Amino acid sequence: MKIIVPIKRVPDPEKADKVRISEDGKQLIFDGLDWKPNPFDEYAVETALRLVKDSGADQTANEVIVVSIGPEEATHQVLWCLAMGADRGMLISGDDRELDATVVARAIAKLVKKESPDLILMGKQTVDGDSNQTAQMLAGMLGWPQATFAGRIETPADLSSATVTREVDGGSATVTVKFPALISVDVRIVTPQAVNNNMSPPDELNRDGARFASLPGIMKAKKKPLERLTLEDLGVDTSQRVKTISYSRPAARSGGIILETVEELVQKLKEEARVL
Amino acid sequence: MDNILVIAQVFDGQVKKSTNATITFASRVAAFTGGSYSVMALGDDLSGQTEDLSHLGAQKVILAEAPGIDQGLGEQWVPIIEQVVRKGSFKIIASPSSSIGKDVLPRLAQSLKAGMASDVTDVSYESDNLFYVRPMYAGNVNCTVQITTETEVVTVRQTEFDPFEAIAEESPVERIDIPPPDMAVERIEFNGFEKSISERPDLPDAKIVVSGGRGLKSGENFKIIEELADLIGGAVGATRAAVDAGFIHNDFQVGQTGKIVAPDLYIAVGLSGALQHVAGIKSSKVIVAINKDEEAPIFQVSDYGIVADLFKAVPELIEEIKKTT
Ligand SMILES: Cc1cc2nc3c(=O)[nH]c(=O)nc-3n(C[C@H](O)[C@H](O)[C@H](O)COP(=O)(O)OP(=O)(O)OC[C@H]3O[C@@H](n4cnc5c(N)ncnc54)[C@H](O)[C@@H]3O)c2cc1C
Repeated sequence: MKIIVPIKRVPDPEKADKVRISEDGKQLIFDGLDWKPNPFDEYAVETALRLVKDSGADQTANEVIVVSIGPEEATHQVLWCLAMGADRGMLISGDDRELDATVVARAIAKLVKKESPDLILMGKQTVDGDSNQTAQMLAGMLGWPQATFAGRIETPADLSSATVTREVDGGSATVTVKFPALISVDVRIVTPQAVNNNMSPPDELNRDGARFASLPGIMKAKKKPLERLTLEDLGVDTSQRVKTISYSRPAARSGGIILETVEELVQKLKEEARVL
Repeated sequence: MDNILVIAQVFDGQVKKSTNATITFASRVAAFTGGSYSVMALGDDLSGQTEDLSHLGAQKVILAEAPGIDQGLGEQWVPIIEQVVRKGSFKIIASPSSSIGKDVLPRLAQSLKAGMASDVTDVSYESDNLFYVRPMYAGNVNCTVQITTETEVVTVRQTEFDPFEAIAEESPVERIDIPPPDMAVERIEFNGFEKSISERPDLPDAKIVVSGGRGLKSGENFKIIEELADLIGGAVGATRAAVDAGFIHNDFQVGQTGKIVAPDLYIAVGLSGALQHVAGIKSSKVIVAINKDEEAPIFQVSDYGIVADLFKAVPELIEEIKKTT
């Protein structure tokens, strides 16, 4: 099975409150912030690795390809995913300000034509833009079925389809998509039993969360193929459909008071805040 | 004169309040552009919802009824909505940012060759252009965007628009023919829906929310959160850590990647206040935190805090509320 996993680098998600805005409101400033793979994309890589583990008569027929569209520095995040265990990397040079969800989807659609994967696995959203659009646009562009917000995935031994439990309002919906298909993953996909390929021994539990790149993994990653491309090479239409005008800071909340007893709390909620 | 099409959110036989919030958004846009808005619903049988939909001040209520489309799969819905957009020359298509809205609208935008803005919290108008405000970076940055295509697609964050109140006048209702589905329908099969059972208010609609985190330690212990919520008519929420640990169904996760809430009162119990969680509660009127660690970040965003063991403080709080009401 061949899987493409698109990944993006984002400023440290645990420090999203440290992203600054230029005085004219036209730019974001990331000084002092480390860059990390978007957590959902890391989860998608983890999912791909769990799916191909022990699967297929011929392990060498399985391939997990990570692709990022970004600046040269995004090489680090591609290497990180290779160190986690992906087989091959691609970096398409591009600047965030020249990309919107549509341009990204077009670029990946071109790669899909070239690589003919069985499955595209993506994070449901990037935690910088928080848009949650690219996967669905790409599936539409390709005319593929989409199983978004996956919390569980099960594949039959012949790897021809995936049964996906989607986390949706009001409960969980289960769909089966026949390959080629696109799946976008939600946070629960990296809980220990969320991915079942019916090949790995049933008693084998995965760790909770995405795997870390090990030191040997990092050494190996440097020897894995990493192809550099441009949007022009791929013939991608780079016209954007959404234009960023400006950024601003939302109203901040400030800390209030600490109370000693629940009696005081109930009194405040009733008499001061009037919300009880 | 640009006209707006609102995609209604119908679930479990009800027109959801998120639809009313999206109507408020649409009426503001219509006032800007001098156009009108219509509302469209899709489902197996919408006879039970037609009445509610026809009192939303819409130019028209458009119903697409066909067996097996209740689940809101993009592969089924997109061709149906696309046909309505093209026939009706709608220029702006808006839906709540429910899970169906998030799933279907980007695929729709793609087929309409339209740009899209997700989770819009505000809208303005200048020199014939609409400008949308939307949150990024877990709600730490607001971004103003303009969609440069002829057709514009948006999902609307329910908590930032007051729900439209039903009016006496009735909109005309039109039932449409269903076009053939997207070919991708043949490669997707719907197997079933497992409902998360709750008699409590929906999280985004709730006036009071009580949320529990990892500090609850087990699903069994989560009962005290439910007891408190039920006593004061609230909804129950949870952190990702609590859901991952299996204390409660994923439908109750609040935060950047879960539900966005904006109640009058949010009570955070045994949760640290990670920025991904806070992203979902920032618009609450009053936040109360109960945590045994006085350094927990939740105290930086809460109006009232109690530093205590939750297993002592919550039962006391329940008793105190019972005593004083
Ligand atoms: C991509 C991504 C998306 C995410 N999306 C979300 C999201 O949408 N929503 C969300 O909530 N999180 C989300 N998270 C997770 C988030 O980063 C935190 O890990 C999570 O919110 C922590 O949950 P918690 O506060 O319950 O647990 P912890 O951070 O472990 O906090 C537990 C708290 O309970 C307190 N406590 C323990 N015992 C007691 C006691 N007996 N009495 C009183 N207090 C006690 C502790 O002092 C501590 O502060 C996301 C993370 C990632 C990477």
